Amino acid sequence: MTKPLIYALLLSILMVAAPHADHLPLWVAALCVALLLWRAYLTRSGGTLPTRWLLTAITLAGAGGILIEFHTLFGREAGVTLLILLTALKFMELRSSRDAMVLIYLACFIVITNFLYSQSIPTALYMLATLLVIVTTWVQLNGQTIALGPRLKIAGTLLLQAIPLTLVLFVLFPRVQGPLWGLPQDAFASSGLSDDMAPGSISRLSLSEEVAFRVVYASAPPRREQMYWRGPVLWLFDGRTWTQGRGARTGAPQFDKLSQPIDYSVTLEPHNKRWLFALEMPDRLSVPARLTDDFQLLRRDALKERLRYEARSHLAYRANPHEAEAQLQRALQLPRGLNPRALELAQRWRTEGTNDAAVVRAALDHFNREDFRYTLEPPLLASSNSIDEFLFETREGFCEHYAGSFVFLMRAAHIPARVVTGYQGGEYNEVGGYYIVRQSDAHAWAEVWLSGQGWVRIDPTAAIAPTRIERNLAAAVPNTAALPFMARSAPQWLRDLRLNWDAVANRWNQWVLGYNSELQFAFLTRLGMEDITWQKLALNMTFALGLVVAGFALYMLRHLFAQQPDKMQTAWLKVCRKLAKAGLPRAPHEGAQDYAARIAAARPDLAENIRDLAARYNALRYGGKHDEAMLREFQRRATTFKT
Amino acid sequence: MLSALRQRFNTWLFRPKIEHGTVTLTQRRIFILPTRQGLAMAMLLALMLLGDINYNLSLGYVLTFLLAMMAVMSMLHAFRNLAHLEVRAGRADAVFCGEAARFMLHFRNPGALARYQLVLRHENGSTVTFNAPAQQDSEVAFPLPATRRGWLQPGRLTLYTEFPLGLFHAWSYLHFDMRCLVYPKPVDEATLPPGDAPDGTGRRSVAGDDDFAGLRVYTAGDALPRIAWKAYARERGLQVKQFSIQIGEELWLDFAAAPEPDTEGKLAHMTRWVLDAEAQGLRYGLKLPDGELPPGDGQPHRDECLRRLALFGTGEPR
Repeated sequence: MTKPLIYALLLSILMVAAPHADHLPLWVAALCVALLLWRAYLTRSGGTLPTRWLLTAITLAGAGGILIEFHTLFGREAGVTLLILLTALKFMELRSSRDAMVLIYLACFIVITNFLYSQSIPTALYMLATLLVIVTTWVQLNGQTIALGPRLKIAGTLLLQAIPLTLVLFVLFPRVQGPLWGLPQDAFASSGLSDDMAPGSISRLSLSEEVAFRVVYASAPPRREQMYWRGPVLWLFDGRTWTQGRGARTGAPQFDKLSQPIDYSVTLEPHNKRWLFALEMPDRLSVPARLTDDFQLLRRDALKERLRYEARSHLAYRANPHEAEAQLQRALQLPRGLNPRALELAQRWRTEGTNDAAVVRAALDHFNREDFRYTLEPPLLASSNSIDEFLFETREGFCEHYAGSFVFLMRAAHIPARVVTGYQGGEYNEVGGYYIVRQSDAHAWAEVWLSGQGWVRIDPTAAIAPTRIERNLAAAVPNTAALPFMARSAPQWLRDLRLNWDAVANRWNQWVLGYNSELQFAFLTRLGMEDITWQKLALNMTFALGLVVAGFALYMLRHLFAQQPDKMQTAWLKVCRKLAKAGLPRAPHEGAQDYAARIAAARPDLAENIRDLAARYNALRYGGKHDEAMLREFQRRATTFKT
Repeated sequence: MLSALRQRFNTWLFRPKIEHGTVTLTQRRIFILPTRQGLAMAMLLALMLLGDINYNLSLGYVLTFLLAMMAVMSMLHAFRNLAHLEVRAGRADAVFCGEAARFMLHFRNPGALARYQLVLRHENGSTVTFNAPAQQDSEVAFPLPATRRGWLQPGRLTLYTEFPLGLFHAWSYLHFDMRCLVYPKPVDEATLPPGDAPDGTGRRSVAGDDDFAGLRVYTAGDALPRIAWKAYARERGLQVKQFSIQIGEELWLDFAAAPEPDTEGKLAHMTRWVLDAEAQGLRYGLKLPDGELPPGDGQPHRDECLRRLALFGTGEPR
């Protein structure tokens, strides 16, 4: 183990583990860095490695710590943490080249675990660079005397040669739809909407610039204020948090279509939840999903990979005008004895209003007239009467405050109502021709059931901050708010750059990350492949790989073929072989002339022929000019020569 | 039965035969198989692929395929590391029993790329690792312990490489007609048998080339460089310089006179005699049961004596 090799291994592990730094527990990250520094110090000073029992103690303590931290040693977070800790510990017993090989394999494996967290283009490029460092170290392990330059060249050559082969494999390798076994719950990050709503839950989300989904409209896009992407519908209120509650089974939802349909396709980022998003109200969907009686689109399983689907919606509709009584009762549920002032206010509207629509108008007017403010940083609502506290004291809130208190007021006035969460709006990307809906577009609104009209969408936020709906969040909140930098007033060139980048990322997502069995099928069919089976794919793949490898082999080993003996030499050797079979082999030092003389003496019957052949051979070989006819004659005579 | 079949298979596949001259490692002579590390790598890749499928990691697929294809390409690189290398057996200087014989092998790398981490291995497990720079000759000494007098033949050597990733083992067999003469190991000390020297020192003067001994008159046939041109210039006639050397008395080293009871012991004793006699500048001859070697001196004579001792009783022609 030379010192440079140990440093190279340290660098490799450091590079692969670095992206994990932000999700490792702090103490594990610190311990790993300490171990690596210790190893570097020992290498520099030439000290001896720690004893086995000390390492065992550290290992057990570390594993115990991870067990306490995560309550398990398996699953994504705990598994990755353990893997990195064990890798750092492996350094402390790095003695033989076999240990070094184990570290190289571990490094390769850690690269893969990084992809559990991010598969973006920068991650891919970084990992390619890391791989180059790993392979260079790998070459160093097998040839410690080789200088860095040639080592880097060999590693780079290997990597570059592997790239076209990888491309072939990536396209043709028969894809299996995972998962093969049950995945641990934390296998995928979940971001985005959750299935409950409390004050602060959506405003927190709106700080995130992450993409929720991207939309391409088949024809003209709808107006912005119509872009309501329906997500979870919340029925049950416990005084603080809205949840979905347990629904009464009422059968299929139904709605009357009152407008032309609008077609679009959605590429949804994995959010580890079951619901899909569609414009209100969805009519048709290209992937299997259930439309619940409150118009949510639900898959059978949580979404763990990016999903693209086509959908058709009707923007004007009459939803469930004959709603079941049980559902209407659910839509009137209120926590008992809370928020007396709100109840009182609603009762007053009820007695004043002529019908339900008038009460709705009164509530919206109230929000509009009174001094309500739309803000990302609302004051904390501490009391158990949170609706009262918001409506009559703080009067500052985000969309979840307005939607929640509006539904509360409606229910108090005996109008069936529910909270709908989802996304509103989106940013148009001119480069890619699609809309980007980000987490910062998360929104909550209300639905009330009006006799004869069914469920009607009411967005109280629109009454307070209409710009939020017509333009975007940045226009609706003051610039000083804790909005993401980009969402605020960034210069135009920066916005363009971001949109360009998003268009590239979208392509990457669709074609590289989303390349699954379906896309493979579609792509290969478009290339002209028919009746695609995995056997056929495997056959094609093997053939294509063989072709490329053979190409490389021919190129790399061309000198092997270039130095074949020439025709003249071949013919002469044929004569020599015939004579050797007859018991007269040519001695290595013997020239053609001497050999012929010896043969002539030993076998007078061959004398004439062999002298002729030797003379011709010498003339061709040393005559100095190339004569095709002479060569052919020589070949002919050599072939017909008999002993 | 099975082992006989395997033997025949190996004979057919590897064509063991002793070779002369320059051997070029063509593709027919190079064999390649994965190493244990290569098999471990295959397991790792299978594990990675399972993970990719399960977690549906597109970039995981890319990485797995990249690594797998690098492994495949490393096979070609390992092969190329040996391919078309030219090998020639060199000399192997005689050694005494107990020393290490050094077999010289000459490698010529005609290609434009350096060959790294080539390893020569003997059946006894000893190895020598070397690099062969591009378009250069390199000389490699392969040491083998000389444990018996007589001819030492290294037998078949294996030239292998696992460069660049250690996943594949590419090898070729080299079986040259190399041999190294091993002299008997001399005993530590031995008294030379008495020689028949007239002055008791064992030395007398004869005409030779070492010391200037005077001038004599030129006779036809004397070598021109020996003519004393200075004397001729002084008009003292054509004279020739005379030299003389001291030479040892004729000493017979007799097999029967060696005190040891056994043949090997006697040979070891005689070896010491030869070395001492040569060191003292004596003229000495050998008397062995299978013949005599007339007295002489100088390096060639010493080597011839040692050779006779080394090969005594081995059936090797004298």
